[in-house]
Amino acid sequence: MKAMGERTEPSKGRVEETPRTREGVPAPAQEATARRGAGMWENLAWSIGPILLGLILTTLALLAVGANPVRAYTVMWKGAFGNAAQFSNVVSSWVPLALASVGLLITFTAGLWNIGIEGQIIMGAIFTAWTARTFDWPAEALIPALFISGIIGGAAWALLAGVLKTYGHVHEIFGGLGLNFVATGVTLYLIIGPWKRAGIASTSGTELFRPAAWLPTFPGGMAVGPIEIAVAVVSLVIVYFALRGTLWGLKLKAIGKNIRSAYWIGISTRLHLLGAFALCGAFAGMAGTVQAIGVWHRLIPAISGGYGYLGILVVLLSGFQAAGLAPVAFFFAAVSKGSVALPLDLQLDSSLGGVLQGIIVLLVILSQGVRARVQRAGASARIDSAVLASPVGPTAAPVEANENPPL
Amino acid sequence: MRLELKSIHKYFGLVHANDGVDLTVESGTIHGLLGENGAGKSTLMKILSGFIRRDSGEILLDGRPVEFHSPAEAIRMGIGMLHQDPLDFPPLSVLDNFLLGREDGFVQNRARALADLKRLSSQFGFDLDPETLVSTLTVGERQQLEIMRLLSLGVQILIFDEPTTGISLPQKVKLFETLRLLAKEGKSIIFVTHKLQDAEDLCQRVTVLRRGQVTGQVEHPFTASQLVQLMFGQNLAVSARQAIELGAPILEMRDVAVEDYRLRVPNLNLQVCAGEVIGLAGIEGSGQRLFLRACAGLLPPSAGEIWIAGAKMNRQPYHKFLERGVAYMPAGRLEEGLVPGLNLAEHFVLVGRSKDFFINWGAAQSEAQVKIEEYSIHGVPATRVESLSGGNQQRALLALLRPDIDLLLLEHPTRGLDIESTLWVWNQLLERRRRGTAIVFASADLDEILEYSDRILVFSGGRVAQALVAKETSVTQLGELIGGKGL
Repeated sequence: MKAMGERTEPSKGRVEETPRTREGVPAPAQEATARRGAGMWENLAWSIGPILLGLILTTLALLAVGANPVRAYTVMWKGAFGNAAQFSNVVSSWVPLALASVGLLITFTAGLWNIGIEGQIIMGAIFTAWTARTFDWPAEALIPALFISGIIGGAAWALLAGVLKTYGHVHEIFGGLGLNFVATGVTLYLIIGPWKRAGIASTSGTELFRPAAWLPTFPGGMAVGPIEIAVAVVSLVIVYFALRGTLWGLKLKAIGKNIRSAYWIGISTRLHLLGAFALCGAFAGMAGTVQAIGVWHRLIPAISGGYGYLGILVVLLSGFQAAGLAPVAFFFAAVSKGSVALPLDLQLDSSLGGVLQGIIVLLVILSQGVRARVQRAGASARIDSAVLASPVGPTAAPVEANENPPL
Repeated sequence: MRLELKSIHKYFGLVHANDGVDLTVESGTIHGLLGENGAGKSTLMKILSGFIRRDSGEILLDGRPVEFHSPAEAIRMGIGMLHQDPLDFPPLSVLDNFLLGREDGFVQNRARALADLKRLSSQFGFDLDPETLVSTLTVGERQQLEIMRLLSLGVQILIFDEPTTGISLPQKVKLFETLRLLAKEGKSIIFVTHKLQDAEDLCQRVTVLRRGQVTGQVEHPFTASQLVQLMFGQNLAVSARQAIELGAPILEMRDVAVEDYRLRVPNLNLQVCAGEVIGLAGIEGSGQRLFLRACAGLLPPSAGEIWIAGAKMNRQPYHKFLERGVAYMPAGRLEEGLVPGLNLAEHFVLVGRSKDFFINWGAAQSEAQVKIEEYSIHGVPATRVESLSGGNQQRALLALLRPDIDLLLLEHPTRGLDIESTLWVWNQLLERRRRGTAIVFASADLDEILEYSDRILVFSGGRVAQALVAKETSVTQLGELIGGKGL
């Protein structure tokens, strides 16, 4: 940190064209350190503020409908953390949410809005269900095969969106959205068609899988077991390091920030985009696997649980940082599971949890926008003073106005 | 309508794009506005047409001062502009386009619009099908549509921004005929151009801008050399050049044609040898960028053959060109060269030799530090590129170039830089050239072209002159060629 201050001091003999500082105008380096000092508290305020504001707004909404907010929050807290079984419910919803978010972080890093993640989760679940129904293997062989099936299903579905984008010029939002509907359609077709339960045609789901295909759970009626937790944690760790420490991650980041420059530099942008899709699909597919063999033990129409869309909110709220995914996903899982108890105890709809999640994400994004505005205003004030203090006149060649269209 | 602009000033940041411009256009005349890139013509015309606001100065119509804040208001006062790239709606039909901008109530009056369109078409002898889509029209036909649209809105002063770029000769003849007819009807025409011949053929009076100021005004008849003098200023002494031993041919173009949707540059024949510097002169958008892109494999030529270091490269992708030792430095530093949001160290890792999967950030930091010192970049490895000044971004781009480049293609390598930075950049480039790199660069600065090139290719509206030997070329000669004289 100290090095930064030293290095930015203008050293002799260098040609410079930034305006030199004069009295009264802070040198960039000093200014940067000054900003960092205040920055920690400022950062904290900017990230905690919107969450507090979200709670306040939700509280106001509760008061408006005549509910007791304290009781509502108590019920939610107890619903999530009241006993071990309830806590295991939170973790079991954290696993697919974390897997979806970790996948989305990859596509977001590459600058892609992979809305198609829902379909990728569904396809992962469908492939898993097929393997579970087809192979009569012991659990030790079957469960890895089930995860691999989920990976293949999710990755293939994601690659489809990727190919549509890179070769067909179909924007990934539209391609993904379309493929989501197709995936849902395929699930329904399988459930009421080829995989329907003997004797009845019902959309409630397929026959339960054989017990060998069930993920083991912790004893005592817990909803979650060691395998899926390990899968989620390992996925988070791998992606954290891959995005941070590898050339591949850096290339992905460059593509996401400016795909044109990345191409000029010599990065094969198309291949990396496809890779990002496939990897995201792989993680999404695993989320589908967990949903199929860990939660429902069969294929149901709403097998994705909406974790794909919720994952988008998780990534947004974590500020696109891998380290933030696990806690944010946990918070979301707790709110979701906690609000399940609301209708029972308070005759409030459980969608309150969704309201709280949605408001907080909106406020966080809004606060980022406001913050950027505030900082821009500050920055332009600084530039103005630098211009006034600049000893040299306009040195740049006149630029034709159409270089910066005013509109 | 008589138009007077008095002492117009406009700043873009530090740049004084219009510096006290006075201009008077009498009604019924065709008034030329000349100047090289960056002279301030477009700024002035955008102020006049309501696109941007002036910082100070007065606009008078028939002696009355006027104010307007948008193109719509300008049109209401009688000032309309035809932009170089037509601002129309290609997926809509001719009639739909013609209807747009009319203010006759909420409901479209298609019948009346159609009648207007037919009347104007027959008046000027245009032949446009009202139902055809604008996307199928040529640039010249789109101009005709735009002229009629503006006239139907009651425009008295028409601004034409480089209207002869991208249209065919018969269409140009037709356009000139139309302009004369409009002037005869009492309309005032402002004709913005850099083509000397067009100005000579058409304009009764020409005002020349240079670096934001009016350098002079001439009345018909005038000569091209008068205009060149006003446009480019006095000749500068060209410094003696070190003789350099040329190596093997690196780039060869054989009857190459390159084109985009509006410009076709045919008959390119050129051989560039190791250690040679070729300057591409011309007003921006005359084909230099197309040429450079073709050399880098970013734009497939529509005819002919491109050879790099003895291999035919037609239909090869950009990455193959990179492998053969070609490097391209585009003009948009943050758009097409650097990645905003990434810092210097990350950039050096991206272009680095290391193909290791895991990045050694410690080594990357120190490598970046070495480069930063070597290239005198005012920053640290953790500095994000968008926070660097333009000159430092340019240094960073140069630092990112591989050491072993055989053919270096540059767009405006020193645009926007001060003199010291410019010299520094050229020292770097000339050092590479001493080591055998062939350099092809485009620049709008004639002094730079004459100073550093061995040979010069002049581009004018898609035509290219025979390569000139730089030391036997004068600014006047270049200026005339750029203006399309003698091509």
